[in-house]
Amino acid sequence: MLKLEDISMTFNEDTPDEKIALQDVNVELEKGEFVTVIGSNGAGKSTLMNVISGSLIPDVGNVLINDQNVVNFPEYKRSKMIGRVFQDPMAGTAPSMTIEENLAMAYARDKKRRLVPGVNKKRQDFFQSYLETLSLGLEDRLNAKVGLLSGGERQALSLLMATFTEPYILLLDEHTAALDPSRAELITEITQNVVDQFGLTTLMVTHNMQQALDLGDRLFMMDKGQIILDIKGEEKQNLTVKDLLDEFQRIRGKQIDSDRAVLG
Amino acid sequence: MLIALFGAIESGVIYAIMALGVYLSFRVLDFPDLTVDGSFVTGAGITAMLIVDGTPPVMATIIGAFAGFIAGCITGLLHTKGKINALLSGILMMIALYSINLRFMGRPTISLLNETTLLSQLESAWAMTGIDTGITGLLTALGADRVPSTWGILILMAILTIAIKYLLDFFLKTEVGLAIRATGDNQKMIRSLSANTNFLIIVGIGLSNGLVALSGALVAQHGGFANSNMGIGMIVIGLASVIIGEALFGKKTIARVTLAVIGGAIIYRIVVTLALRADYLNLESSDLKLITAVLVIIALITPKILQARREKKRRQAKRNALMKRKEGEASA
Repeated sequence: MLKLEDISMTFNEDTPDEKIALQDVNVELEKGEFVTVIGSNGAGKSTLMNVISGSLIPDVGNVLINDQNVVNFPEYKRSKMIGRVFQDPMAGTAPSMTIEENLAMAYARDKKRRLVPGVNKKRQDFFQSYLETLSLGLEDRLNAKVGLLSGGERQALSLLMATFTEPYILLLDEHTAALDPSRAELITEITQNVVDQFGLTTLMVTHNMQQALDLGDRLFMMDKGQIILDIKGEEKQNLTVKDLLDEFQRIRGKQIDSDRAVLG
Repeated sequence: MLIALFGAIESGVIYAIMALGVYLSFRVLDFPDLTVDGSFVTGAGITAMLIVDGTPPVMATIIGAFAGFIAGCITGLLHTKGKINALLSGILMMIALYSINLRFMGRPTISLLNETTLLSQLESAWAMTGIDTGITGLLTALGADRVPSTWGILILMAILTIAIKYLLDFFLKTEVGLAIRATGDNQKMIRSLSANTNFLIIVGIGLSNGLVALSGALVAQHGGFANSNMGIGMIVIGLASVIIGEALFGKKTIARVTLAVIGGAIIYRIVVTLALRADYLNLESSDLKLITAVLVIIALITPKILQARREKKRRQAKRNALMKRKEGEASA
């Protein structure tokens, strides 16, 4: 479903600020795989997400979605196939527009936008039935401006908007990091539900090791622009936070500051 | 007085189309587009030139509006593809249009007084309906001594402006329209929902300037001339209409705001007319721009002052309630 071939990316090349963000990354994801990605700050997680989404174009390498090389597609074209939820709850929705209008825009994602009303009765019913699955009561507030919702509600809405057109790929970039623990838990739960419901191929960046272990069926650990650990299946099921820290230490061969690894 | 007010409302309705264009760029796309000063003249100048050359007025008006659309698209291109700051793209286009307009027009002023224009055609078609006689009779019976010569322009232009308002309302609710609104609200988000924001900005700014140029074409035919300087300060007049309208009539929904913008454009004209006619103010027509600036400032500041006063009152009421409760507890 998603294949990254020999992706490398360097920022500010040939300057004192040179930073190798990605180095020969090769990855293949099967349809329906749910991968959690961990690693300290500057490990290349966000760059990886941005290269897949098309916000950044890699120096070399190919991005294949459904066997189609999309590396030269602009971001907006790629987003027909990719759903995204950002870390900032304000980033994924348009605040001055209503809930139903936001959903209508997400609904048009994989279609050609036309000069027909974005919201109609049939779509309203459709949106309502999806909003009900969130159990936040948003289904009764279709005409409320999204700017009036709380961060958690907006993030739940963003998640729904990113997923309900069943994109090939779902990218979650620390999407629970800006929420309080109980809201973060709720969003995590919703994430699990929608990914299961639609069988989405998902990449989720997180700084929370426990979350990385609890969710998904595969785990990447990144460091210095490379995927240094790739664990899946039963092996992942039995993994603990301590294993991860030990593994990181073993591979890098150095004493690491555990706070830094956990908190980033 | 009645005649002056009538004239103000009549031109307000025509300028309202320009204000709707400014609303589209300034509010919907959040794009401070100064092209307006140039594209207004583009519409007026090209239409006047074509009418003098013998093109049917309707065609001339449509071509004038289309020229404004193209000018706006170029501003959009400069901003999106050329990555030039929005304000600067508009300024560059405005300055370039000044010369381009003169090229098209051939001379700084084109008179339309002896030409058949779209408005003169509408006026004569209207005269045949005989509605004027009815209204005039009614007003005279009510005691008016001087009445406007025709109601046709006002009514027909009002119908056109309202039609444009409804088209704009509809457009902003379509799938494309929603994406344009989101482009002004949260560009990152709508791009992640597969909308080509560059294209939407180009089309949006194009449409905005198309409306502005249409308004310019009608103003030229209404006033009987096109002048290369007639666009100076037009953006501020547009803004004044948008801001006054929003302050007076609210901005809860799209349909409400577009109506407010039209209302704002008319009220702007009325206030300017009253200010110029008020002898004790001793204002001259050259003070028009100053009046406009002051109006915009008042419309921007007043709602904030009112809001602050309401908040202060509310807090004072709460404080009083608290004091009373404490006194009650102390005496108990």
